[in-house]
Parts: sequence; structure tokens; C-alpha cells
Amino acid sequence: MKKHVTVRMGNYVSFLYDKKAAVVITALGAAAILLFLVSIGSGEMRISPFEAAAALLGYGEEMHQTVILTFRLPRVLVAWLAGMALAAAGAILQGMVRNPLASPDVLGITGGAAAAVVAFLALFSDENNSLTVSIHWLPLAAFLGAAAAAWFVYMLAWKNGLAPLRLVLIGIGISALMQAVTTLLMIVGPIYRASQANVWITGSVYGASWQHVSLMAPLVIGLLLMAMLAARHVNVQELGGELAVGLGSAVERQRLGLVLLSTALTGGAVAFAGGIGFVGLMAPHMARRLVGSAFGALLPTAALLGGVLVMGADLAGRMLLAPTEIPAGVFTAALGAPYFIYLLYRTRKP
Amino acid sequence: MFATNRQKMIGLIGLLIVLLAAMWMSIVCGYTDTSWRQAVAALIDNNGSNAHLVVATVRLPRALIAAVVGASLAMAGALMQALTRNPLASPGIFGINAGAGFFIVVMVTFFSISSLQMLSWIAFIGAAAAAAIVFVISAAGKDGLTPLKMTLAGTAVAALFASLTQGMLAMNEKALEEVLFWLAGSVAGRKLELLAAVFPYLAAAWLGAMLLARHVNILMMGDDVAKGLGQRTNVIKAAAALLVVLLAGGSVAVAGPIGFVGIMVPHMARALAGVDHRWLLPYCALLGGILLLAADIGARYVLMPREVPVGIVTALIGVPFFVYIARRGITAK
Repeated sequence: MKKHVTVRMGNYVSFLYDKKAAVVITALGAAAILLFLVSIGSGEMRISPFEAAAALLGYGEEMHQTVILTFRLPRVLVAWLAGMALAAAGAILQGMVRNPLASPDVLGITGGAAAAVVAFLALFSDENNSLTVSIHWLPLAAFLGAAAAAWFVYMLAWKNGLAPLRLVLIGIGISALMQAVTTLLMIVGPIYRASQANVWITGSVYGASWQHVSLMAPLVIGLLLMAMLAARHVNVQELGGELAVGLGSAVERQRLGLVLLSTALTGGAVAFAGGIGFVGLMAPHMARRLVGSAFGALLPTAALLGGVLVMGADLAGRMLLAPTEIPAGVFTAALGAPYFIYLLYRTRKP
Repeated sequence: MFATNRQKMIGLIGLLIVLLAAMWMSIVCGYTDTSWRQAVAALIDNNGSNAHLVVATVRLPRALIAAVVGASLAMAGALMQALTRNPLASPGIFGINAGAGFFIVVMVTFFSISSLQMLSWIAFIGAAAAAAIVFVISAAGKDGLTPLKMTLAGTAVAALFASLTQGMLAMNEKALEEVLFWLAGSVAGRKLELLAAVFPYLAAAWLGAMLLARHVNILMMGDDVAKGLGQRTNVIKAAAALLVVLLAGGSVAVAGPIGFVGIMVPHMARALAGVDHRWLLPYCALLGGILLLAADIGARYVLMPREVPVGIVTALIGVPFFVYIARRGITAK
């Protein structure tokens, strides 16, 4: 019996699947759906997962349907999407930079997006706390901020090549800079935005609406599909620059494409869910331990894990000190910082 | 830059004059410019007029706090860089400021503690806790205490504490407006009593650092050499760590987590005075005070009439510096 399954369609789609990976992905998918049902059922009014599923499908009690469809579903979906996007962004970065410590937040990309979003909110809102321009521009602002930060870090870390460690250190510096800029904008900007922005920076899906979902879902899902198509390029990149060139890859062009993809994913997540930290670092790692580093399997595993992490953090944040809400980012950081440290501890030569 | 002791002494006196001038500027300049005559009159013979009130209750504490905190942070940075042999070491990067800040925010929001004496102790405990965590984490693992691992562990701990602090504030929105300004690090609007509560510890730490300078010089030659010369290296290291905790924790208690002073100033001081810590530490103290005073004066003018927390100004100046050092490369040993 073969250990691997090859999926090939035409010239562009080609994956190599470990059979174990298929099992892991199925299990994670089931776990994600279960958590999703529990999460939309939890809150002041408890609804069992079965009833929640029934309500989703249009059966169930009318009350349940209202509560779930108007209040809970959008925020849980945003959490899910944000987790998937951040984890995928991290997986792409780690594969490309070949450094286990790379992730959108360590490299300052999340910080850049956050600064851009706060700038956007400060510039384009009126006294009634509503936006003066369409919210459709928000992801673009986040993407531009993320891209600017990524570009900064890349340029500054370049010195006869890109040493992974220098990249991480420069990323730490740029994160600090972006944090300073964000705080500055919060102080300069209208006061009434400050506390809202503070919640948002820590990373919270509180107050997500269907409008957010309708903007975010196509964006994130589209980008994830693109990432899947780019999987084999990541596999080649992971072999190292020289070998990749030897295999006939247009390395620099692919790198640019992958960075843009990762930046767009980060921007998409940050625009709607704020700076939920450490997911982009943790999820790809755990995924690698589960399914190995073949990217076609790694990416969906990491994305599912990321979704589970953020949904779980959001659920915990809602339930632990109810009715007070704790931003999801607090939990991911509380989990992620020790994980980062564990990675440091384990990496023999970081 | 200064080679002989005589030159170094002259340099030190020069810096002292600059520091005093900066304090003077800090008292006189601002949204309401006061003349120097009025400033002097306010200090000697306060007649209770508006201008005098501004000088005595706002400007003077601010100038004193900036000078003291800048000096303390810079000295803490110098000690840490010597202790870890890591040019990127500083209380901000290593999470010590964030730890102290977190402990204070917890105590203020949950237990509504307002006793100044208590606050400074809490800040010390927080700083010590963060320092201990970073140290233990980076000492564990296969290749021991490398500068890089310390930096990364410090960053992770700083991120953790910062995020927990943010979470705490997000839960308690009322507290936010009071604490937001303070969280970014600021020397404005602090009461002189706060400084008075912490100053004895800071002064003791300055004195201790000066007494320790000789031993730090020996420690810089490497553990083996220091031991061979008969130094009890662990005692010296523990003493230096204690001083760092006092200096950083005290600074945070007064002004919040102001970053990048501790990383920039020792490098500047080394360029001026060389690596002898008996000279380096006083240079750091004076330069740190000057830097923070200058950043604070700048913070008033950037967005007149609004004020920017000085911690943001130091970050804006400090990050390019940090990037420069990171690019130059941190040596492994």
C-alpha cells in the first residue's frame, strides 16, 4: 500500500498527500466544526450544539435562530477566518524564510497593519463614531500597512543576503516602531476612538457584524485558495534558494508573490479582528509536528489549527468572566508567548 | 573619544552643564513659555500666580523626573549590557519594564492601591519577576545563555506582559483613559511625591552601581578570567541584577515603561568614554538624563498644543538605533 497519495489536475494543481495527513486534516476539520457549534451556542443563552446546528439549517426555535444568526454567528465566523488567515500567513512565511521563529507578528507585519487601521479609523471617523468612508477600504488600508512594514523589515534586514536571525531582530525593532506609531495615533486621534482601538489592538472579534463577514470571507477564502495553489512553490523554496534556482524556480519572483500573499492574509485578518498575536507562530509549528512539512498538507492543517485557536480564545474570553469580555488576543498571547519560549528552548541553533 | 582621565573629567563636567541646561529648558519651554526671571521667582518666592503655579507644580517635577528616570534607565541598560555581553540588552527589550508595568496595572485596577510606597514596591517585584523569568528561560536549553536567546526570550516575555496589560485595560475601560498615557511611558503630570517615594531606592542603586563598577570591569573579561582573578562572579552578577531591578522598577513606577533609553545611551557613552565602567556609568547617567529631557521637550512641540508621551518619542529615535546595532551584528560570545 502506498503511503502517499498524489493529487494532480492539469499543470497548476499538484499535491502530495501523506495518508496520515488526510486523517489529521479530517479530524481537525471535525474538531473545528464542533467548536464552532459549541461557540455559537455559548453565551448568556445556552444552546446545545445540536440545537445550534438545527437553528443554522433553519429549523429549531425562532429565538435560537435570532440569537445565533444576528449576534453570535458573525463574530464566530470572523474569529474562524482570522485564525485561518493568520496561521496560513505564518506557514507561508516560515516556509519561505526557513526560520521557525518567523511569523507575521514577530516580523512586525501585524504591527504595520494595526498602525494602518488605527490611522484609518482616526482619519475617517466623525464624532458619532461612524466612518465617513466605506468600510470596504479598511482591508486595503490594513494590507498597505502590512506591506509597508514587510518591505521595511525586508530592506533593513538585507545585507549580502537575508540572514534569518537578522530578519527576526529587525522585525522586533519594526514591531516596536509600529507600536509607538499606533499609540501615537490613538492619542492624536479622536478620544472616542481610543478605547475601542485599544480593545481592537489586543485582538478581539467583539462587535463583528455580517458586513465584516461578507467582506472578509471572500477575501480570506480566495487568498487561502491561492496559497494552496502556491503550495508547491513553497515546497521548493523550503529547500533553500540555491537548490530552488537549480530546480528551475523563478525564486525571487515567487518570493515576492509569497510575501504579498502572506501580507494580504495578515492584513485581511487584522483589518477585522485586530492584532491577535502568536497564532501565526504557533499554528504552523503544531501543524508541522502533526503532518510534516509538505506544504500541501501543512497549509490546511495550520489553517484549521489557527481557526480552532482563535475560536477557542474567543470562546474563553466570552465565558470566563462573563459578562465582561476579555479580548481573544490576550489568550493567544498567554498561550503563544510560552510556546515561543519553548521553541527557543528546543531550537539548538536558532 | 576622551582618552585621558583629565579629558574624561572635563567631558563629565561638560555633560553636567548640558544636563542642567536641559533641565532649565524643560522648566522654561512649553505651551506657556515662562521667562527665566519668573521661573526663578517661582522657585524662590512663589506668589501663587498662574505662571508660578505652572513652574512649581508642573514643570519642575517634570524636569526632575525626566532627569532621574533617564539616568536610571541608562545605567540599568549599561549594567545589563555588561552582565549579558549583549549589545541589545536593555530593560525595555528584556521585558523588565513591561513586567513592572503589568504588576502596577493589576494592583491599581483590582486592588485600587494608591499608596505610593506600595506602588514602588510592586514595580520592583514586577521587574524582578520579569527579569527572573527571562533569565531562567534563556539559561535553560541546550546551548545555555546566548545573547540572542536572551533577546528573543525577553521579547516574548515583554509581548506577554504587554498583552496581558492590554487585556486588563480592555476589560476595564474606565481605567483606560487614566492609564493610556502612562502605559506609553510619560514624565508629564507626575507628582513630585511619587519621585520622592522612589528616589531613595534609585539613589542607593546609583551608588551601588558606582561601587560595583570596578568589579563589572573584571567581569567583562569573561567568567573564567574573573574567577581566576579571585572574583566571586555569582555574587557580582546577583548584585548587578538587583541593581537593574531597582533602577528599572523604580523608573517604571514613576514614569511608566519608557523604552530604548537603556539601549541607546550606553552605546553613546561607550563612544565617548570607552569601556571602563567607572567612567561609563556616570556618563550613562548624565547622557540618559539629557536624552530623556530632550525627548520630553520635543514631545511638547511635535503636536502642539497636544502632548505626546515621551516613551513614543524615545521609541521613534530608538528604533533606527536598534536596527543599526542589529545590522552590525550581535556577536555570539
